[in-house]
Amino acid sequence: MLEVNDLHAFYGKSHILHGVHLTVGRGEIVSLLGRNGVGRSTTVKAVMGQVAARGSVKYQGEEILGLKAHEIARKGLGYVPEDRAIFPDLTVRQNLMLGMKSRKPGGRWHMDDMFELFPRLKERADTAGGVLSGGEQQMLTLCRTLMGDPDLVMIDEPTEGLAPKIVEQVGHFLSEIRKRGISVLLVEQKLAIALDISERLYVMGHGRIVFEGTPRSLRDNESVRKEWLEV
Amino acid sequence: MEFFLISLLNGVTYGLLLFMLSSGLTLIFSMMGILNFAHASFYMLGAYFAYQISAYVGFWPALIVAPLTVGVIGALVERYGLRRAHHYGHVAELLFTFGLAFLIEEIVHLIWGKAAVDYRVPGSLEGTLFTLFSTSFPIYKGFMMLVSVGMLLALYGLLTRTRIGLIIQAALSRPDMVEALGHNVPRIFMLVFGGGAALAGLAGVIGGNAFVTEPGMAAAVGSIVFVVVVVGGLGSLAGAFVASLLIGIIQTFAVAIDFSVTDMAAALGIDLAGGSNLARLSISQLAPVLPYLLMVAILIFRPRGLMGARES
Repeated sequence: MLEVNDLHAFYGKSHILHGVHLTVGRGEIVSLLGRNGVGRSTTVKAVMGQVAARGSVKYQGEEILGLKAHEIARKGLGYVPEDRAIFPDLTVRQNLMLGMKSRKPGGRWHMDDMFELFPRLKERADTAGGVLSGGEQQMLTLCRTLMGDPDLVMIDEPTEGLAPKIVEQVGHFLSEIRKRGISVLLVEQKLAIALDISERLYVMGHGRIVFEGTPRSLRDNESVRKEWLEV
Repeated sequence: MEFFLISLLNGVTYGLLLFMLSSGLTLIFSMMGILNFAHASFYMLGAYFAYQISAYVGFWPALIVAPLTVGVIGALVERYGLRRAHHYGHVAELLFTFGLAFLIEEIVHLIWGKAAVDYRVPGSLEGTLFTLFSTSFPIYKGFMMLVSVGMLLALYGLLTRTRIGLIIQAALSRPDMVEALGHNVPRIFMLVFGGGAALAGLAGVIGGNAFVTEPGMAAAVGSIVFVVVVVGGLGSLAGAFVASLLIGIIQTFAVAIDFSVTDMAAALGIDLAGGSNLARLSISQLAPVLPYLLMVAILIFRPRGLMGARES
């Protein structure tokens, strides 16, 4: 579904990605692991057209590298950024409405589904997004992207800074997404969650993929975990 | 009382006109980060276009066609000028709008000459709307108020009640995320720039004949509009509204007050007749300085403006 090959990206003169490759199949949850600063977020941003990059990014067989972010989103790719990017002056309901790509509701998700999954969002539907707690904002940003009915969603560090109970809710939410046939590319630092819910994993180091395999093969590979993941 | 009410009405009329200009400027700034030096030039174009169109088909068609034409020019400027300059950073954008302001002024010189043109209030709007005590309030000022309030309500409705308004509001804080959700942000930028230019053009159509239509009008009003945006707070529409009215009212009152510091001191029984020339200046003579004084005071004591959300 998503095929990334030989992806190079630069911030100014610094070369951040050195030929990253990865694939995500239909209905798969794939995790991209690694320490801070190894290029995981840059990889996702480059796929989304937010960072200039060279190489190849194919989505459903079509080359999308070089397209604008809104064109990529309209092909069916969803993106949830690490900083959540809530629109602070708009209400929860308005934030969700903006997730929809057109005025007409359609697709797999409706606002009521979101409120059912996260009742807290329903309670706060008319509250400005900027005053929500970190956990509530995380739920909102996930739901907002889903309102656009993506077939593949790239989620950058959804559990960072959240209380364990909310982390559990996010995990439940990711499983719910998979049930509806949506693929997920999950950028994570917490190994436990990634091992738990992913079909396949990639580990990044110094702007390259240094390991790819199943959760079981990563569990068994202590040297990769020690060298590239554990702090 | 009479003086107070008439000055207040005049001040509000002028303030609303200022808001029509500053609303576009502040929207463009907060959304695109561009301080558009050419904004007041669109005001001038509105006035000249209205003058030219009225000469052929009358004022009423000009009221619609002139702002639309200015809006289209604004959109084209964004699409084919600013968007390219954007790749080279904010300084390039700033210089581009600066150059554009001069370019528009020179074009106006070439086409309409350096002297003021005879752009008049239409006959049907001449006359007195009402008389307050012994001072009359002209129909045309009432009309200016009506157009301004109508524009204000339309803008408010557009921003809060429509989907595109929501997208614009969201793009004020996070244009990158709005785009990642599948909305064509460059097109929204073009529409906002064109819309802002059209509002400035509309202000020119109704302000050009109330005041004077001449090549210096852009520079004259441009600096005041920047004061409004700074005082109100960069990026705040509500702030721009409050600051427009504030500056409109302060200036109108000041122009009408003939007192000087010497007179005021004399009223208190202090004789300053032999004092400096500065003390003999009347408030009305100081009126043009007041908005800038207010701006400097705001920048010192409250740099983000009355209601601004950002420091720069």
